[in-house]
Amino acid sequence: MLIFEHNREGRRAYAQAPRQQMEHTDIPASYRRRARALLPEVSELQVVRHYTRLSQKNFSIDTQPYPLGSCTMKYNPRACNTLAMLPEFLARHPYAPDRFGQGLLACLWELQELLAAVTGMQGVSLAPMAGAQGELAGVAMIRAYHEARGAHERTEIIVPDAAHGTNPATAVMCGYQVREIATAADGDVDMAALKGALGPQTAGIMLTNPSTVGVFERRIEEIAGLVHEVGGLLYYDGANLNAILGKARPGDMGFDVIHLNLHKTFSTPHGGGGPGAGALGAGKRLYEFMPIPIVAREGAQYRWHTEADRPQSIGRLSTFGGNIGVLLRAYVYARLLGREGMPRVAEFATLNANYLMARLRAAGFQIAYPQRRASHEFIVSLKREAKELGVTAMDFAKRLLDYGFHAPTTYFPLLVAEALLIEPTETEAKEDLDGFVAAMCRIRDEAREDMAFLKNAPYKLAVRRLDEVRAARDLNLSWKSGV
Amino acid sequence: MPFIPHTEQDIRDMLNAIGVAEIATLFDEIPASLHSSLPASVPSQVTEMEITRLLHERASRDVQPACFIGAGAYDHHIPAVVWELTTRGEFYSAYTPYQAEASQGTLQVAYEYQTMMVGLTGLDVSNASLYDGASALAEAVLMAVRGNRKSSARRVLMPATVHPAYRRVTETIVRNQSIQLEAVDYEKRSGKLNRAALERWSGEDVTALVIQQPNFFGCLEEVHELVDWAHANGALVIAVVNPIALALLTPPGEWGQSGADIACGEGQPLGIPLSSGGPYFGFMVCKNAYVRQMPGRIVGRTVDAEGRPGYTLTLQPREQHIRRSKATSNICTNQGLMVTAATLYMSLLGAVGLERVAAACHANIRSLLDAVAGIEGVRPAFAGPLFHEAVLQLDAPARQVLERMAGTGVLGGYDLSQSYPELGQAILVCATEKRTDEDTAAYARAMQKALRVAQRA
Repeated sequence: MLIFEHNREGRRAYAQAPRQQMEHTDIPASYRRRARALLPEVSELQVVRHYTRLSQKNFSIDTQPYPLGSCTMKYNPRACNTLAMLPEFLARHPYAPDRFGQGLLACLWELQELLAAVTGMQGVSLAPMAGAQGELAGVAMIRAYHEARGAHERTEIIVPDAAHGTNPATAVMCGYQVREIATAADGDVDMAALKGALGPQTAGIMLTNPSTVGVFERRIEEIAGLVHEVGGLLYYDGANLNAILGKARPGDMGFDVIHLNLHKTFSTPHGGGGPGAGALGAGKRLYEFMPIPIVAREGAQYRWHTEADRPQSIGRLSTFGGNIGVLLRAYVYARLLGREGMPRVAEFATLNANYLMARLRAAGFQIAYPQRRASHEFIVSLKREAKELGVTAMDFAKRLLDYGFHAPTTYFPLLVAEALLIEPTETEAKEDLDGFVAAMCRIRDEAREDMAFLKNAPYKLAVRRLDEVRAARDLNLSWKSGV
Repeated sequence: MPFIPHTEQDIRDMLNAIGVAEIATLFDEIPASLHSSLPASVPSQVTEMEITRLLHERASRDVQPACFIGAGAYDHHIPAVVWELTTRGEFYSAYTPYQAEASQGTLQVAYEYQTMMVGLTGLDVSNASLYDGASALAEAVLMAVRGNRKSSARRVLMPATVHPAYRRVTETIVRNQSIQLEAVDYEKRSGKLNRAALERWSGEDVTALVIQQPNFFGCLEEVHELVDWAHANGALVIAVVNPIALALLTPPGEWGQSGADIACGEGQPLGIPLSSGGPYFGFMVCKNAYVRQMPGRIVGRTVDAEGRPGYTLTLQPREQHIRRSKATSNICTNQGLMVTAATLYMSLLGAVGLERVAAACHANIRSLLDAVAGIEGVRPAFAGPLFHEAVLQLDAPARQVLERMAGTGVLGGYDLSQSYPELGQAILVCATEKRTDEDTAAYARAMQKALRVAQRA
C-alpha cells in the first residue's frame, strides 16, 4: 500500500506545521498556485508505521550479509552516525563564517591530511559528492593540465574493457574519446594492447587496482612508465582500495590523480544509493588543478580555500562544500581504525575473499581466475551451470535472497560469462562465509532437481520475481489517484 | 581488532583452507617495491569513548548564532520522526536497489518521492534524485542540449539572477562539452531578469533558458512571459525552484502556455539539516517527452510473478553501467537516504502543512523588512513581489556590518558584494518559519548597532 492510499481529507500530523496560516496575500494571484499538490494526508503515527514497515522490506548490512562485489558492503559503525549528527554540526549554515566552524574544519583538514598520507598523494580535495563526480573532476584535471601546456592533440582516454561503466561515461563527459583495451587471460591489462593504444593522442588512462576482475595489476609500475613516457597521465579509480588499504599506495604506483569512495573503503553508509563522497587526491603534476573548496590551516585557524586562493582549480562541483556529513563519518571511522587498523582492513578483507574463493572452488564452482590470488573480491563464473542445468547467475542471485544473503554483483565485469563478483569484506565472520558456501551448494542441488523452481525464485521476500520488462515498457513512474 | 570478528582459531582454519601459512602470503602478487607501511603522520587508533570526547569538544566550539542566511540553504524545522526513521539500519546501510526484490523499502520510498515531486512541480516524471541543486542544474543543461532536437547551437541562457554557485558548478561540469552559457542581465530596479537583455536573443538559435523562481535575490520572475518567449524562440525552459516555495507559487508545469520542460533544484529545505552544505539532494522533474534523456536513477511500478505490485529501477539503458560511453551521464549513486528524509518530511507536512511553512517564512521576511525599515542606512534594493528572501542595501561596508552582527549572535545575511559588485554594499537576508518575533527584534537591534559603529568609523 502506498502512503497516498492512507489519505483522508483533513487529516494531518498537527504537531509539525506552524499552528496558523499566515498572511501571504501580498504575493499577487498570478504568481500563486491554484490547487494544492497531491501529497499525503495522514497522521504522524501512520507515517511512522508506514515507513517502518517499508524499511523492513529492505536487505541491508545491518540485517544480512551483503557480498556485493565492488561495493564494499562492510559494517557502518554507529558511532560515525551519532557523532556526525551532533546538533552543532547539523545547525551550521554553509555560509556561516569559518569561525563558527573551526571544530568541523579541524576534522576535515585532518581527514584531508590522513587520506593524502594513506594514498601517497600530495594533497586531497573533499569536494566530490560521489565516486563518479570524483572521476569527472579527476579527468577534468587531466584535461586542464594538457590544455595549460597547449597539448590540444591529446584527445583519447584509455580504459580497460573490464572497467566500471562510470569510467568511459566520465571520459566522454570531459570531451574525450574512449579507447578500450583488452584484458589478458591472466586478468592483467593486455600489455600489447596497451602499447598499441598509447601515442601522442593519449591524454591518460583510467585504471582500477586491484582491478574489477579482483586481481592486483602486477605490471602497474611498467604501465605507469609507458603512459608517462608518451606524456599521458594515470587516473586511479579507488573503488577497490579496501583491498590494499595501508599495504600499498596508489601514489607509489605512479598514479597522478585518484578518487576514493569514502562510502566503500571508509565505511560511510550507502543509504539505499547515496549520499556517497568521492575524495580526490592529486600528485604534484595535478595538485594545482584540484576542485574547490579545500580546507586550509593557517596557524591555529582553519578556513576554506576558494577560487581566489586557487586560480588554477577546475572549479566548483557543488553549491557548497560537498557532502560534509559523510566526510565527518569517514573521519570518525578513520580515527577508530588508526594506523594499526587500516592495514588490518586490507588483510582481513583479503583473507575473507581468498577463503571464500577456496571454499567455493573446493565445492566445485568455477573461479574466473583460479591461478591468481583474490584481492578483496573474486569472480565465480556460472557458465557451466548455465549450460548443464539451464540456470543463470540471475537465478542463483535471486535464490540466495531466500537464504538470507544479499546477492553478489551479477553480470559484471562483462567479459566473464555468468559472472558473480563476490566481495565478503573484513567485517563478516567465518560462519557467515560458511553459510554462503552452503547456500550456493544447496541452490545448485535445487537446480539439479528442478530447474523451473529456481527460475521462479525468490519465494520468501516481500515480492516474488519482478517483471522488469513490463516496468520499462509500460512506464509507471508516479502514482495517480483513481488510476 | 575494531570491527573484525575473527578469532585466532578462525584465522588458522581459514589459512589452512586456502593453503597458505600466513596472511602476508596473500599479498605476494603485489610487487615488493610497492609494499609500504603507513607514515607516522597517520594517527594511532582511538576507542569510541576517545573519539566521542574529541568530537563533542569540537562540536562545542561550533555553537551557531541565530541564522538569517538563506542563499540556497534554509533553516527549517525538521520533525523528529524524519531522522529517527531515516537512520534505521534497513534504510541507512542498504545499497542501491539493484536486487529489487530485496529492496522494496528503498524502491517504494523513491516511487512515493517521485509522485510527491510530480505533485509539487506539476510536471510528469521525476527521477529518484541527483547530488545537489547546483549539479542538478548542470545535468539539466546537458539534458536540454540532448533533448532539444530543433536547436544545434548548444547555447543556454543563464541569467545573472540564478544562484552564482549554480552557475559556477554548471560551468565546471559542462565546460568540456562545447556548450555556450550566455549571461542575461537583470533590472536594477526590480531585481528581475531584464526582458530587454533577453530580446537580444529573439530569433537566434537558443537551446534553453534557465529561470530561477524565486530568483537568487528572492524576487519573483515573470515566469509566464519568460516561458512563452522561450518556447516561441524554440528554446526549452529549465526551471530552478525551491520546493517549499512551490506550496504557494505556480508550479513550473503551469508556467506560461505550455509549462517549463525541466524543473530542478535543491531538495535540502525538505527535512535535510544545514550541515555546512551537505549532504543534500538535487531533484529533477520533466515532461514525458524528455524522460529518456533524464539522468540518474528512476523507479517504476510493475508486478511480480503473482501479479502483485512491486517496484524496480527502470529505464536503465540510459545509464553508465549499461551504455558506458554512450550513457546520459556518468551518474551512478543518487542521494537515496536524503530522499528518504524528504519523503518522510513531505508525508508529515502534507500540502496544507507545507503551505503553512511557506506562508510563515513569507510573513517572517515581511516583518523583518518592516523591522529594519526605520533604521537609517538600510533600504530594500528591489521593489516587487518576493518570497522569504530579500536584498538590503547598506550605507556601510556589508562585510563589516555582517561581522559585527555575528559578534552579537546574529548571522545577518549573505554578502553580495563579490558576486554582484554593481549592487554596492548589499546583503541577501532570509527568514524561515523558525525565526521568532524576538529573533527579528534582535536582528534589527544588531543591524542598527553594527551600522552605527560602521558609520562612526
